[in-house]
Amino acid sequence: MTDQLLYATETALNGLMTGVMYSLVALGFVLIYKSSGVFNYAQGVLALFAALTLVGIQKGQVPFAHLINAMTGGHLESFPWQVPALLAILLTAGVMVIMAIIIEKLVLKHLVNQAPIILFMATIGLAYFLEGFGDVMWGADIKTLDVGLPQGINETIETVTGDLFGYGFFIDNLDLVATLVAVLLVTALTIFSQYSKQGRALRAVADDHQAALSVGISLRFIWILVWSIAGFVALVAGIMWGSKSGVQFSLSLIALKALPVLMLGGFTSIPGAIVGGLIIGMGEKLFEFWIGPLIGGATENWFAYVLALIFLVFRPQGLFGEKIIERV
Amino acid sequence: MKKSFAALAAAALVATAAPALADLTVPNLSYRTGSYAANGIPYADGFADYFTLLNERDGGIGGEMVAVPECETAYNTEKGVECYEGTKGQAALAYNPLSTGITYQLIPKVTADHHVLYTPGYGRTSAANGSVFEWVFNYPANYWDGASVAVKYLLDQSGGDLSGKKIALVYHNSAYGKEPIRTLEELAKKHGFELSLLPVDPPGQEQKSQWLQIRRDKPDYVLMWGWGVMNQVAIQEAVNIRFPMENFIGVWWSGSENDVGPAGDKAMGYKSISFHGVGDEFPIYADLKQYVFDPGKAAGAGDNLGNVLYSRGMYAAMIISEAIRTAQEMAGHSAVTPEEVREGFENLNLTQERLTELGLPGFAQEIHATCADHGGPGSAMILQWDSSTKKWSAVSDWITSDADVLDPLIAEDSAAFAAESGITPRCN
Repeated sequence: MTDQLLYATETALNGLMTGVMYSLVALGFVLIYKSSGVFNYAQGVLALFAALTLVGIQKGQVPFAHLINAMTGGHLESFPWQVPALLAILLTAGVMVIMAIIIEKLVLKHLVNQAPIILFMATIGLAYFLEGFGDVMWGADIKTLDVGLPQGINETIETVTGDLFGYGFFIDNLDLVATLVAVLLVTALTIFSQYSKQGRALRAVADDHQAALSVGISLRFIWILVWSIAGFVALVAGIMWGSKSGVQFSLSLIALKALPVLMLGGFTSIPGAIVGGLIIGMGEKLFEFWIGPLIGGATENWFAYVLALIFLVFRPQGLFGEKIIERV
Repeated sequence: MKKSFAALAAAALVATAAPALADLTVPNLSYRTGSYAANGIPYADGFADYFTLLNERDGGIGGEMVAVPECETAYNTEKGVECYEGTKGQAALAYNPLSTGITYQLIPKVTADHHVLYTPGYGRTSAANGSVFEWVFNYPANYWDGASVAVKYLLDQSGGDLSGKKIALVYHNSAYGKEPIRTLEELAKKHGFELSLLPVDPPGQEQKSQWLQIRRDKPDYVLMWGWGVMNQVAIQEAVNIRFPMENFIGVWWSGSENDVGPAGDKAMGYKSISFHGVGDEFPIYADLKQYVFDPGKAAGAGDNLGNVLYSRGMYAAMIISEAIRTAQEMAGHSAVTPEEVREGFENLNLTQERLTELGLPGFAQEIHATCADHGGPGSAMILQWDSSTKKWSAVSDWITSDADVLDPLIAEDSAAFAAESGITPRCN
């Protein structure tokens, strides 16, 4: 292979891995949209909040310490213990379930039968509230997230490709883990939705709210369930992205990387979120590799949207989205 | 980097309360929320704490208490302009918005309204030319100084010869990040190195393409003009591709404790440029402890002391207060006006003796401002991160920028601004 072809192959592989990271964020959007028709603007902030909570629990940080100190004049900072990573993840998942219950009780319950745009607006409010709440609860400093995930170049791949092609490919261990996690997550979600009672109820609500209600499925329970799952997916996304950059408030902006994935893959398809992520990830990286240098670089942010729009021209509902036919 | 809701609430209260008429007002356009809060908080704390120290220890400046109303910009240009408009009626003496975007918007406004805009190490580089930018000051160093200092340091590291070397610039794809390009291009011509440009779209969470290219091209050195999450991700990606950290240098906005933290021990050896000292060993910290922290009057949780951004906020406050002091001496009265404070900035004579009196010996370079020179000495030093002690330490002396290259660029850019704004250069 020529050098350019080798570099392009390496770029494409890294693009696919990056696409998986985008998909992890997009999955949360899909879950909620599919079951309730709500575009959850707060999904990125949920990932931030989950990651903040995880680090806070893991490091034994006292929640609202600054607020308590300001009110009492004390010097609370952290508990005299640290929590193992796995337990901290489980506890954070529990917090996300509680969060889902609170969101359902305080926000969604009151908006039943409202137009989707009203629910969308509510999630915008939720996003801003959660961002501020996370700040007050855990502080705005950049937190190092370490749950034991490997990072850095995979030396085996580098050595093998080096022996084969004379050029060792760079593949980040964290991206490999993210890929494995995404596969497990999608498999688990598929099994859950296909073979569990709650999963079938969830699909029933997704297909037809009214019909599902008429056979006794609780819409409120389904909402709590789906927001809990989306919260867990947000936690996974938060761990992956937070391991790379530290947990900080710009983490919520990863939602911007999920939008073209959703446009391309469709808002209602879990496989669509994965395939969309892969296409966007690889497409933007290859475009940057070949065309970027000719036009000054930094093409990835906008090219992802261009790519999604090109697909939309031919398939407006996205690659895997449900075709919407409205007859007059 | 901690802050409290109560501190925010207090800041909001201060922001809405009009200062007493006799107060000297220096608004603190800060950002404690949003994506860049982690950087905005220590800077704002250092800025506010220094003025609190002057009020508590000295009774203000020249007997006048200093009011520092805080206004939250969230690093958003529109909000920054709103903060300016909302505070300028309080006879604000100087603004320091810590944002190049806000600075560009405020330059015509402060020029029309007659308020000083002080932008140490950021903003519009050619504001160093006081004959065009009457109301703007950016000493002690600007972005072009930073680029030149970095190249001079690399020259020193390379035995005085950079010809044939490759230097990559990884930069925030914004007006700020693009600032050093022109200078680096000129320096590349002068010293014969090959410059490659790698823009990163903000916020910069995804930089795989740029670092794959660096891995392929194998530059000898990488310079970075980043901000916020871009810095942390870049350092982590450099670690991932095993780029030698000692050959990776960030500008002063890419060189705080926040930036190296997420990469952990592997950030060891990363370097950054700085125009001031760091660390809490300076004598001023004893006074800060006695008059500000212990009585519970600190702006934050008191856990940023001596860190890079806290020191920089404190530096900005120190310069503004010294300019006010100079203005008081020149005017012969203590309740100085914005116009008089501008005179103070333009006649600032900050010596090492004065820095020692302030409890900051050797903290910064001397400044001898003039009508034409609003840019200062253009000196900076190189700091290196030690992840075992979690401290920055200087690995160079003060390095002065290359005036032969920079002065014509500043003259050209400021002349263009003067022409488009209808400004007749002064200081003749």
